[in-house]
Amino acid sequence: MTKKYHSFYAKKRTFKSTLVEKAVKYFFFLNGMISVLFLVLIFLFLFREAFSAISNIGINEFFKNVEWYPTSEDSRYSIIPLILGTLLTAIPATIISSFLGIILGIYLSEIASGRTREIIKPFIEIFAGLPTVVIGFLILAVGSTFFQELFNAGTRLNALLAAFGLSIILIPTISSLTEDALRAVPNNLRMASYALGISKFAMIKNVVIPAAISGVSAGIILGFGRAIGETMIVLMASGNAAELTLNLLHSVRTITATIAGELGEVAIGSPHYYSLFFIGTFLLIITFIINLISELIIERMRKKLKKMN
Amino acid sequence: MKEVKIKIKNLSVYFNYIQALNDVSLEIFENKVTCLIGPSGCGKTSLLRSLNRMNDMIYGFRMKGEVLIDDIDIYDKDIDVVNLRRLVGMVFQQSNLFPKSIYDNLIFAPKILGVKDKSELEEIAEKVCTQTSIWDEVKDRLNESALNLSAGQQQRLCIARALTVNPDILLMDEPSSSLDPVSTSKIEDLLFDLKRNYTILIVTHNMQQAARVSDYTAYLYLGQLVEYDKTTKIFTNPANKQTEDFLTGRFG
Repeated sequence: MTKKYHSFYAKKRTFKSTLVEKAVKYFFFLNGMISVLFLVLIFLFLFREAFSAISNIGINEFFKNVEWYPTSEDSRYSIIPLILGTLLTAIPATIISSFLGIILGIYLSEIASGRTREIIKPFIEIFAGLPTVVIGFLILAVGSTFFQELFNAGTRLNALLAAFGLSIILIPTISSLTEDALRAVPNNLRMASYALGISKFAMIKNVVIPAAISGVSAGIILGFGRAIGETMIVLMASGNAAELTLNLLHSVRTITATIAGELGEVAIGSPHYYSLFFIGTFLLIITFIINLISELIIERMRKKLKKMN
Repeated sequence: MKEVKIKIKNLSVYFNYIQALNDVSLEIFENKVTCLIGPSGCGKTSLLRSLNRMNDMIYGFRMKGEVLIDDIDIYDKDIDVVNLRRLVGMVFQQSNLFPKSIYDNLIFAPKILGVKDKSELEEIAEKVCTQTSIWDEVKDRLNESALNLSAGQQQRLCIARALTVNPDILLMDEPSSSLDPVSTSKIEDLLFDLKRNYTILIVTHNMQQAARVSDYTAYLYLGQLVEYDKTTKIFTNPANKQTEDFLTGRFG
């Protein structure tokens, strides 16, 4: 008996078993590295093309004018109407969806019973996974005439319509981040408030939301980032006119819709081609910063709440 | 002349299919400290929490019997639970101050309940802190985060906070179980001062503490009230053999 155990433990590792172990390890390591590699390559490619745009057209051209006429003879490449178009769709969308998403998040975390939550949550997840083209189609087919009549808009497709479409996909993001943030608030704070004879709604308003406010705001920022980067809905519903306007009822054109609509038909190597890469890189940097900010806020809140427990 | 503040009549409490309290009847006297003792899981906390209806929030809670406070059935369907909890304050085992300043913790409830006058709020804060003799320790740091206080100070601030809504009754669920001896003795001293104005119920695992602070003691075992009498009687000459075994450490 003893001898058997002894021989088992003392069995020497063969060259083959060591090799297999190492091979398996590196196989998994490489798989992990591939995503990093692709990301680096994408960044390099984008930055290279964007840099070509700067050297060919000049960075002034993008911010000096206020017109985006890339195909006219006297071509203009101003990014400003595109930025305005993006903000005119993304900001109203964030406001609408924050309002609804935060209420939904509060309901799920604080008010809904366990069973109700289990019924509602899958629906929200399906919502989050809905192809954006479907939402774009719905808002185009059903929403556009309705909203045109409601707001008496000059055009059927406008920034506000796109904002409504965007807010549909933002609600799940904001509501689930709100719910996570509220749930991270330690339960004994709720008990403390109840024991003081404070009603549930006063408790939510004065205890839970203040403790989770940074997580909720991170959700809003993340939703805004998603609204900026969203393509299909704005392409379908915003009207795609690169107008310099602050009127929500005008047609606008976003950065994403410009790239999606024009890159397929542009001559490779032309100034127009490079300019599309420039605005794409611009968008990438902005969304990267937005995501980074919200991640930092969430991380800080987690640490703070952990200290409290 | 001692008066009955809380009358518990044939109280049984269930959580789903588990029975936590079985036919408990006892009377709690006004301006006295009543201690609930017994082994873990015997229903002390369930009993305590049925007095301010904190059990209501636990899924699967059912109860039978009656709890009368000042001869009013608190489980009557017309009772406003939120209001009841103002009358019956509670201090928890773990201090649960809000992540706000000391002052904001103290004025939290009065402010929500409609006290708007600043000087009135300051008055309340000073009054409850003096009552809990923590005023000298916190008066210069009212705007500091309450979580910077020591564990003992936090727990006493919790007691002070519970007093801000003017309760009649104070429920304490092992208020000093996670504190050092000095902080514990401070809280015990506090109980002597507080019982002049409040009726106090306290759950404790510390038998010496029960003997020191309480006027009456109830011994519970497996959800049943085994013995309830004056503390001096229970600790010197318990009527029940089970109580004696528990108190002398032969059991529990």
